[in-house]
Amino acid sequence: MGQYDVLVCSGTACQSSQSVALKKALLQAATERGLGKEVRFIETGCMGPCEQGPVVRIMPEDTLYVRVQPEDAQEIVREHLVNGQTVQRLLWIEETPRPCDLPFFARQHKNVLANCGLIDPSRIEGYINRGGYDGLKQVLTEMTPQEVIEVIKDSGLRGRGGAGFPTGKKWEFVRESQGDMKYVVCNADEGDPGAFMDRAILEGDPHTVIEGMMIAAYAVGAQRGYVYVRAEYPLAIARLRTALGQAREQGLLGARALQTDFPFDIELRMGAGAFVCGEETALIASIEGRRGEPRPRPPFPSQSGLWGKPTLINNVETYANVRSIIRNGAEWFRSIGTETSKGTKVFALAGQVCNTGLVEVPMGITLRELIFDIGGGVPSGKRFKAVQTGGPSGGCLPEALLDIPIDYESLSKHGTIMGSGGIIVLDESSCMVNVAKYFLDFTAKESCGKCVPCRIGIPTMLDILDRITKGKGTKDDLVRLRELAELVRSSSLCGLGQTAPNPVLSTLRYFEGEYRAHIDDKICPAGVCGALARTYTIDPNKCRACDLCRKACPTEAAQGTPGGRPYTINEALCIRCGACAEACPFDAVHTIPLKAEKKR
Amino acid sequence: MTQKLASQLNERIESYVGCPEELIQVLHQVQEKLGYVPTEVQQLVAETLGVPLSRVYGVVTFYHYFRTRPVGKHIIRLCLGTACYVRGAEGVLKTLQDELGVEVGETSADGLFTLEVVRCLGTCSLAPVMMVDEVVHGRLNAEAVQELIQSYRKDENK
Repeated sequence: MGQYDVLVCSGTACQSSQSVALKKALLQAATERGLGKEVRFIETGCMGPCEQGPVVRIMPEDTLYVRVQPEDAQEIVREHLVNGQTVQRLLWIEETPRPCDLPFFARQHKNVLANCGLIDPSRIEGYINRGGYDGLKQVLTEMTPQEVIEVIKDSGLRGRGGAGFPTGKKWEFVRESQGDMKYVVCNADEGDPGAFMDRAILEGDPHTVIEGMMIAAYAVGAQRGYVYVRAEYPLAIARLRTALGQAREQGLLGARALQTDFPFDIELRMGAGAFVCGEETALIASIEGRRGEPRPRPPFPSQSGLWGKPTLINNVETYANVRSIIRNGAEWFRSIGTETSKGTKVFALAGQVCNTGLVEVPMGITLRELIFDIGGGVPSGKRFKAVQTGGPSGGCLPEALLDIPIDYESLSKHGTIMGSGGIIVLDESSCMVNVAKYFLDFTAKESCGKCVPCRIGIPTMLDILDRITKGKGTKDDLVRLRELAELVRSSSLCGLGQTAPNPVLSTLRYFEGEYRAHIDDKICPAGVCGALARTYTIDPNKCRACDLCRKACPTEAAQGTPGGRPYTINEALCIRCGACAEACPFDAVHTIPLKAEKKR
Repeated sequence: MTQKLASQLNERIESYVGCPEELIQVLHQVQEKLGYVPTEVQQLVAETLGVPLSRVYGVVTFYHYFRTRPVGKHIIRLCLGTACYVRGAEGVLKTLQDELGVEVGETSADGLFTLEVVRCLGTCSLAPVMMVDEVVHGRLNAEAVQELIQSYRKDENK
């Protein structure tokens, strides 16, 4: 029997699904059979298919087992490790042991996540064995800072935090700024609900971020770095702390990195639950120990940032791309993706989708491929309704736009943004008015309060949406909503306020019918909004079997025979469009509350 | 606050004398030790760091993470992020409120649980999710939540 590596996914999600107990059970089972030397158990970062967790991957033959429980440990050790047989019942798809053959993985392109799920993130050796810190070595020994900046510019890498600003250009601005002290900051605040890409990178491969920051520091001329991590990520904080300590021990961070003249060290700073601190100037204020209130720009952080010094701020995923660009070259990176959006993007798939989890795909892949081929589509036989991207700053795209390519320009053209990578799939049970309200509720609570358009504009919009969902909406409300949205968007001080109207604007753009149903018909078609969760029914006493409703109905829910018995409406088929009510000349169609079990 | 606690706290805060930029990190340490940031400790922090109390108070009240009231033995953080919301987190919230007899931000009468709401713990694939202290519990529904609360209560009575 050869050497086996048993990789146990130990990201936060799998941990909460018993991966720790699982690893213990596997270790025990192996020890009982005297397999100490032949098997290595490695706790790795996120492998990606979180819905199927806990996940175990056995090398070298590359077999992926899913939904593994501690009780399965004996069988895996006995059948796979000792007898060399695949445990079929623990495979995701029958007869398909290798991840690369599974639909979830087949179209992915792991670059940023190359190590995630394959190495033990608590040991620097795993990172170094896979080429870790080679990029830094190359940069320090063979390249000038200007050359590094040129490579990053040529690659076309754009900020992965959401705004998509050309990274090389930003580095150049910081390089050119005057200052006796410069800083490099990593934005690990990841506040978008539904986003967990940065979490996975920090927990699963922290050194790739450290190396990226160091290369950036060399390029821009910085001496100190900070990683600003949100407090809600205790595991990421712990892994980072450990990794920083290891980097210092290895003579990477500190007074003389790799025995060169490059002094650089990194400190951690914890956030404290403020979404606005993901905005770069608010983040700076937070590191300075103050309330996270943004400042007007210019001056931009690249000229005057942390404590007034030139500061480079980039997102976790942006730094995680740096090493591979240095090692493989700008042209390699440019060969992936679209004309304007190069490279890959890590996405967090969540919501009403079968395969929730973490994926990395080349830019340019379509939403349909992401949600249906990789994501496995919508579960429980429900219909796809919309996909929400970009968190509270983004928008919702309908089914008709599923074939657009995922890149910065394409998404913004259609009224949403790439954002940091959170993708929420919504099915027919979601009310789009309610979704808009949900996001405004969030941004209203997270507003720092400094500027009037955001502080007062957002709650005012929220108020209108609230009334609409309670059946008190009027036609004027939609006019007012659009006016306010434009006002808040154009005059807010920072990105939070400027993008807060996006969920409202995009749902108005693609789902205006739902707003009208709430306002004109006092009905919530999705059956979500409290008292408006109603459906249509026909009063048998008034119905004359004239057949007009059946002809008007787009889903064949209105049923009956002309001149026969009173018509009926099949509730399961009814989409609450109201066409039958409009068509009926006898006022026989009215609404009744949806049965309780149909409500969300 | 006991003498022991007071001196442990002093020890931690002392290393930040005259460092106002460390305010948030200090407050984290305080909350880790005491579960919240009482006013008299805010005063102590203000004096040690060399900033006015109003500045400390302004920071404590700005950031959602910091509490100014004591908490129960266990802190429940229910996620109401988008993915969790879409998978029924509001229903879970209702169950928790009923089960514990509290509103968000309050502590149960038996002092066991404080109920808080957060936006996104980053474990969206297991939605709906809540943390009880440092442990993440996913794939929740009314039943699972009730069972969980019962098991904590049982452990308490042992």
